[in-house]
Amino acid sequence: MARAVSMRRKLTMTVLVWVVALIMFFPILYTIITSLKTEGEAAAGFSMLPSFTFESYALVLDQQDYFRPFFNSVIISIGSTVLALLISIPAAWAMAFTPTPRTRDVLMWMLSTKMMPAAGVLVPMYLIFLNTGLLDTLLGLTIILTLVNLPIVVWMLYTYFKEIPVDILEAARMDGATLPKELVYVLLPMAVPGIASTLLLNVILAWNEAFWTLRLSTTNAAPLTAFIASFSSPQGQFLAKLSAASVLAILPILLLGWFSQKQLVRGLTFGAVK
Amino acid sequence: MGSITLEHVNKTFGGHQVIPDVSLEIKDGEFVVFVGPSGCGKSTLLRLIAGLEDTTGGHIKLDGVDVTDKGPAHRGLAMVFQSYALYPHMTVRQNIGFPLKMANMDKAAAEQKVNDAARVLNLTDYLDRKPRMLSGGQRQRVAIGRAIVRQPKAFLFDEPLSNLDAALRVNMRIEITELHQQLKTTMVYVTHDQVEAMTMADRIVVLNAGRVEQFGTPLELYKAPANKFVAGFIGSPKMNFFEGAAAGKYQAASVGVRPEHIRISRDAGDWQGRVGVAEHLGSDTFLHVHVEGAGLQTVRTEGENSFNPGDEVWLTPDPARIYRFDGAGLAL
Repeated sequence: MARAVSMRRKLTMTVLVWVVALIMFFPILYTIITSLKTEGEAAAGFSMLPSFTFESYALVLDQQDYFRPFFNSVIISIGSTVLALLISIPAAWAMAFTPTPRTRDVLMWMLSTKMMPAAGVLVPMYLIFLNTGLLDTLLGLTIILTLVNLPIVVWMLYTYFKEIPVDILEAARMDGATLPKELVYVLLPMAVPGIASTLLLNVILAWNEAFWTLRLSTTNAAPLTAFIASFSSPQGQFLAKLSAASVLAILPILLLGWFSQKQLVRGLTFGAVK
Repeated sequence: MGSITLEHVNKTFGGHQVIPDVSLEIKDGEFVVFVGPSGCGKSTLLRLIAGLEDTTGGHIKLDGVDVTDKGPAHRGLAMVFQSYALYPHMTVRQNIGFPLKMANMDKAAAEQKVNDAARVLNLTDYLDRKPRMLSGGQRQRVAIGRAIVRQPKAFLFDEPLSNLDAALRVNMRIEITELHQQLKTTMVYVTHDQVEAMTMADRIVVLNAGRVEQFGTPLELYKAPANKFVAGFIGSPKMNFFEGAAAGKYQAASVGVRPEHIRISRDAGDWQGRVGVAEHLGSDTFLHVHVEGAGLQTVRTEGENSFNPGDEVWLTPDPARIYRFDGAGLAL
């Protein structure tokens, strides 16, 4: 009896999870399907059956340079992640292992900056970028993405470091390790899984960031988000081409996410269970 | 060499004074145990010696050299933690060899030392395992191995046995004592267990609320406790205390008698009472006797005796073994 109940429960859960997963995946799936249609088919209305033509891809790659925005995206997402890690590893170390009564407040304050609507500071940021010559440069975009994601990176690393027993770091000090040696030989090896998933998540967040990258770049530093956007506006509705551009833009990060999903899931649920 | 001197050491945590003022002299080669109830500051005192905490005031000297402002890495001490604090990502070999690596020792010499330590501690077969694959006792040995491998001035132990089960604890107690006899290096050992303190120490520091209540050999503490706190803390089962009229007879505010220094009889004695609980340990029996006007008292008798719960009995203390205390709890 109990067995029958648990079988039915299992079945219901499986079906439910599949339904939810399909709903969440559907926009991406439909983008892929649409990208394989002709412009005529794409404009004709809802259909799950494309004619499997690659003409939109050919047109997109012909019309616009794909590789430049691709490399821009790679440079700014990896650059901003490395920069964010360099800043946040010492910050998180300090907050996790030598906390003060104000540490919690500082962490909350950092997180609170993420609650502010980005549009609220668009004009001042734009002007700062304009006046410092950072507008439409890779350096400018790297800096803005570092700043945007820094609170999340610090928080994630802080959570990981908190899980490492202080005793072990103290043991290293007793064993004669100076601070740099303590970090290199003890803390970092123990935190590798945490740092790896922070790195992955941050690359994805930076890759997908569209608000700032679209507004602070035009041509030279334009990443893939701008590449997609360039197919949307002035020439009217070219849905198949737009879809093909989108697929090209999300494909690299989709593959990265696919191959690192184990790390990512562990990273996102770390500390939540247990 | 490894003498440790504390001069008026004090420590305040956020306005709360944990160690008011401690001065101690630990001789080279001595096994000193810090014992006291939880929260008495014994671990803090050890961490101050280690350099893991900064002193608020006072001086700490190692072999006469002031190390108060030196970090833990530069004091030449080794510490064994309650949680073992092994490096989980390193093998046993790497764990034991870590202090040597930090000291930039030559690889071959370090390897030799690690192997020697492993042989002494029966860890040779486990050298390539990670700590998570070891039992509690083995982990404790690795922690000790990591401490002995670089021949420190002194060893600091912070309740190293409290995570082990009772049988293993007794074994490790003996192993650590033997290790001390072999190495003849200064050891400072923190525990809340007065049995560990009594059995292992050359000298014991009894701490209470951050103050040193008494510093002496185990038998000194047992025979001549300086005050009521030490009298009650050292000895198992605990010393019995009598106040009021029973104490007045001896011209003291309170008197104490150890359970092993009370004679029990059915016919006559100084205090009358009724047996409550009898705890049979085989070799001994602890009788908990309700004494009129003095409450529950413990008596230690031979293992096989004829007293049963509910029996009316008389208790007589050994007059030579009565401890007298004044109103402030100090020994008279």
